[in-house]
Amino acid sequence: MNYDWSWRIFLELSSNGVDSYLHKLLIGVGWTLALSLSAGFIALIFGSVVAVLRTARPVWLQLIGTVYVEIFRNIPLLVQMFLWYFVLPELLPKDWGDALKQMGQPWGQFIPAVLCLSFYGTARLAETLRAGIQSLPGGQRQAGTAMGLTPVQVYRYVIMPQAYRVVIPPLTSEFMGIVKYSSVALTIGLLELTGQARAMQEFSFHIFEAFSAATVGYLLINGCVVLVMHYVERHFALPGRIGWNTRIKLSGAAS
Amino acid sequence: MKAICAVTTLAAFVFSAHAFAEGRIDRIKESGAITLGYPESSVPFGYLDAQQKPVGYTVEICEAVSAKIKTSLGLKSLEIHYNPTASATRIPLLANGTIDLECGNTTNKADRHTLVDFAPTTFVAQVVLVARKDGGVDVNDLSTFRGKTIAAQAGGQTFKLISMLNAQHDYGISVAPAKDTAETFLMVSSGRAAGSANDDGLAYGAVASSKNPEDFVIGTHGLELAPYGILEPKDDPEFKKLVDTAVVELIKDGTVEKLYDKYFNSPIPPRGINLKYPMSAALKKALANPTDSPDPANYE
Repeated sequence: MNYDWSWRIFLELSSNGVDSYLHKLLIGVGWTLALSLSAGFIALIFGSVVAVLRTARPVWLQLIGTVYVEIFRNIPLLVQMFLWYFVLPELLPKDWGDALKQMGQPWGQFIPAVLCLSFYGTARLAETLRAGIQSLPGGQRQAGTAMGLTPVQVYRYVIMPQAYRVVIPPLTSEFMGIVKYSSVALTIGLLELTGQARAMQEFSFHIFEAFSAATVGYLLINGCVVLVMHYVERHFALPGRIGWNTRIKLSGAAS
Repeated sequence: MKAICAVTTLAAFVFSAHAFAEGRIDRIKESGAITLGYPESSVPFGYLDAQQKPVGYTVEICEAVSAKIKTSLGLKSLEIHYNPTASATRIPLLANGTIDLECGNTTNKADRHTLVDFAPTTFVAQVVLVARKDGGVDVNDLSTFRGKTIAAQAGGQTFKLISMLNAQHDYGISVAPAKDTAETFLMVSSGRAAGSANDDGLAYGAVASSKNPEDFVIGTHGLELAPYGILEPKDDPEFKKLVDTAVVELIKDGTVEKLYDKYFNSPIPPRGINLKYPMSAALKKALANPTDSPDPANYE
């Protein structure tokens, strides 16, 4: 392959004539982090709510949860991104729609992207948490009720604390997924890591270097997610459930 | 660490070894075929018609070039293969030998010459502004966009240009990034942006293929010139000479001008729209004195 491979390109001035390409890529990493952290946080909160709805006793609550999950899980993420960015402002009252459209850069792209990833992530996390809740023995719920706890208290003090700890491994995958899904935001013009890599190849034509850098960026970010979640897993493991063995090994070595 | 070493060694091996010790000419002679890369949605430079066949101004120039190559190499027949490209795939596909020429709307820029070569310029694009007629702005005067939003392709040359002019004159314009020309136009038609900045050929294509072309107005004052050329592989002087000679011949004998009229001043497939875009002075000049210079100053 006749290609002028050059790693020095990262130190050259980028399109704006002020910052180097490396600097631009780091800015992209910043937006990727901001986007995935906020979307992951929101998705965890609302995902818990929807998971509770899906496992609650009243049928109409289950129905709401199911409809939500099926809608947001079944529409391709790319389509959802377009809906949030282009269609939502048209459906809102005119003043609100105009305010959304006239929002400054890059918030005009960032906020729809956060909304999109949060709603999608909520549906996925809700399913993961539902699996966790349903994996608990039915006796847990009954015991809670027998002690006189209200259904809300049963979830708050008995079910959720256990469910979260059971689903930590699949939760790790979901968080890593959110980091990777955040690249879809480039389709609405947010210059996150993939967007910056694309811009870099557009100007410099050094496509392999640009996307190698993006690859390394995502590997590092998701590597950090794995490390953090591994720590969480060890710290919060339930006796006799997933992750407990590592915890015993570690504390055994210490004593 | 071992893995990183292995990958680096592999990469160094793949990219330092010239997979094509023999030139393109030998390969074309041997296989009796040439492969043209084309963009799928750059109306009118390279796109797909109703039968999903690649057509367009630059695509037809490339086809004419292939015919010339066939004659000058004395081949009985030369098959033309087509391969779709995107902005991210055109360089690798050209470098690894999948395509022999890229026929779209690639700007000839000096810093791209370390990776590819360009044939003599066959189109000179001007960056122009597009707006809605009822938008209350003058597309020929950037200062009327004060405090408004202009959409441009994210990371593209037009984006850089508008940001730069905006900073120079302190217009307070907010430059909104979008994925491509179609999307910048969508932002204008949906009211998200007051205007969009695009290369003129693509701007005419986007407006002409919209639902109500008469709702929009395209600027005539170019903010910057950008020469387009057919992409040629790097470091193959014989093949470059062959292609360049063919392109210059086509310019001289009026074929290029005829193709310009076909794609810019008459109804084009697939929907029979007419871009109605007379040839700019810059392009007339470039056709009168063919050059492959990347410097916009040479086209003014």
